[in-house]
Amino acid sequence: MTALLRTEGVAKAFGGVQALAGCSIEVAEGSIAGLIGPNGSGKTTLFNVISGYERADSGRVWLRDTDITNAPPDRVFRHGIGRTFQLTRVFRRLTVMENMIVAAGHREILPNGSAPSHGGLRTLVARAGGPATRRRAMELLEFTGIAEHAGALAGTLSYGQRKLLELSYVLIADPAIVLLDEPAGGVNLTLIGVIADRIRDLNRAGTTFLIVEHNMDFVMGLCDRVTVIDNGTPVVTGPPELIRTDRRVLDAYLGTDDGDDGDDGDG
Amino acid sequence: MSEPEGRLQAPHRRVDQDAVKALARHWRAAGLAALVAVAAVFPLVAGGALNILFGTNTLIYVAAVSAWGLFSGYTGYISLGHAVFFGTGAYAVGLLALHQHLNGDVIFATLPLAGLAAAVVAVPFGLIALRARRHTFVVITIAVFFIFQLMAYNFSFTNGTAGVSSAFLNWDPATVNNPFYYAALIIAVATVALSWQIRGSAFGLQLLAIRDDEDRARGLGVRAMRVKLSAFVISGFVTGIVGGLWFYLIGQALPSTVFDPAFDLTVALMAFLGGFGTLAGPVLGALILEPAQQQLTLTFPNGYLSEILLGGLFLLVILFLPRGLIPSAREWLTAGQARLARRRAARQPPPGEAAAQQAAAASRGGAA
Repeated sequence: MTALLRTEGVAKAFGGVQALAGCSIEVAEGSIAGLIGPNGSGKTTLFNVISGYERADSGRVWLRDTDITNAPPDRVFRHGIGRTFQLTRVFRRLTVMENMIVAAGHREILPNGSAPSHGGLRTLVARAGGPATRRRAMELLEFTGIAEHAGALAGTLSYGQRKLLELSYVLIADPAIVLLDEPAGGVNLTLIGVIADRIRDLNRAGTTFLIVEHNMDFVMGLCDRVTVIDNGTPVVTGPPELIRTDRRVLDAYLGTDDGDDGDDGDG
Repeated sequence: MSEPEGRLQAPHRRVDQDAVKALARHWRAAGLAALVAVAAVFPLVAGGALNILFGTNTLIYVAAVSAWGLFSGYTGYISLGHAVFFGTGAYAVGLLALHQHLNGDVIFATLPLAGLAAAVVAVPFGLIALRARRHTFVVITIAVFFIFQLMAYNFSFTNGTAGVSSAFLNWDPATVNNPFYYAALIIAVATVALSWQIRGSAFGLQLLAIRDDEDRARGLGVRAMRVKLSAFVISGFVTGIVGGLWFYLIGQALPSTVFDPAFDLTVALMAFLGGFGTLAGPVLGALILEPAQQQLTLTFPNGYLSEILLGGLFLLVILFLPRGLIPSAREWLTAGQARLARRRAARQPPPGEAAAQQAAAASRGGAA
């Protein structure tokens, strides 16, 4: 298996707080990888570094053979990494369809199947969202189950529906890998099932996932491999059944009980 | 910030709504045509050069506020430094007219140069100011504005406090304002058309996405800096043209009149009154406020009263009508429609359908 996404010794400090220290992870192409760890362990910071929202102090981020370390968010997205946020962020005063069209913008699908050059005057002259883009957007909205709200303002959607919209608009750019930050957080059980099913469907179709999630059943049921991160450093990586029983995971979550304080589990 | 909740309330009436929308589109097109027609014949019936001058000033503000709106309204970056573009445009053609002794209709052909000068200024201005957001951005635009005013006062080529004057236009005094009026009308219509085009374009959608959540937009591939800088430059270009026209109309550019802080406040007030971030809002705001202001100045020749009233109105609008006339009216309309629909549904309940509708509404509420 080749690594689609790889971080090498990424470090990031906020003032005196070392959020990430020597953080190296790998996500294999075609897999669903999980990233778990206690609150404040650096999961979201790692997402932010990968997706360009935070600059790494040191270390590198690779997408296949491309070095994308500290690339700005729009470039990271163009390279094929889509991400969602822990607290949903949709364009509230745009309709659901318009949200989709924004995300499709840099590779607008023209009627003849070609994509126009990025940016430039073309975007000013062309009306937003050609028929092919809208068709693709509707397919995705039907796939995630919120197609009936296509004309509604995104601000009127429920929290769960916004999560689905986030997933939909990230997908319209056909990303190679999708980073999901707590896709099941604050969502009712039925919707959690829907989200898990959709992730599985997409994965079967070739999309790779990296998921941060606190809901253990969700992670263990979905992921091929799980990485546990604590104090900004990966502690252990392995298949879910192994993680479930690993002592170091319990240590990370509950603290060590044998007086061995601050064990980063480098073994 | 409340959202117009009425939008989602009656999806079972979608067919009706589409019809209503189509009708509204026709009405809007008809209204627009009527407005332009009225504006076109206004000089013939205005009765006097003074009224035509008022009309010209109003159209100048229609263009200036629309130009401001296609940047500030769509991106949410509130600029209080657009007088920089107005003044730069005015001085650009002012200096040209001074040195080339321009006279006659050729002056209108120089207006694109005013826009160009303003656009050239807009690039570094934007590159600096647009790195900041929200209040910081506003403060930077004000600071840049004062830098430009100071430069106009102190550079030798701008002729200091004396400013620059245009050559005397030896046009017939009775109709001297007509060419300016029609030039202003053309610029105003073109600016509104440009704003409309931008609003519906992929570019405009990116501006609106930046307004709602710039960081999220960047994470979806929007090159935020490039997009908002483009809008800033386009907006500056148009404002520069407007400043150039104003220079020829008044015949003089002084640091205090073309780099005027009241310009920015007036433009922002008109946009807020009409409807921030809308296409028609700036037009409406300018059509209401500029004539009112002119009338006030006529009625109370001591200039301060009208400015105090203007400031007071600004406060009232921000406090009680923060989203402007057009969005508020739209909200009242949808709320009224929804109320009407509810009342109609309550009055004549075909038992099965009403129950189904209620169930649908309940499930929609429940899904939330």
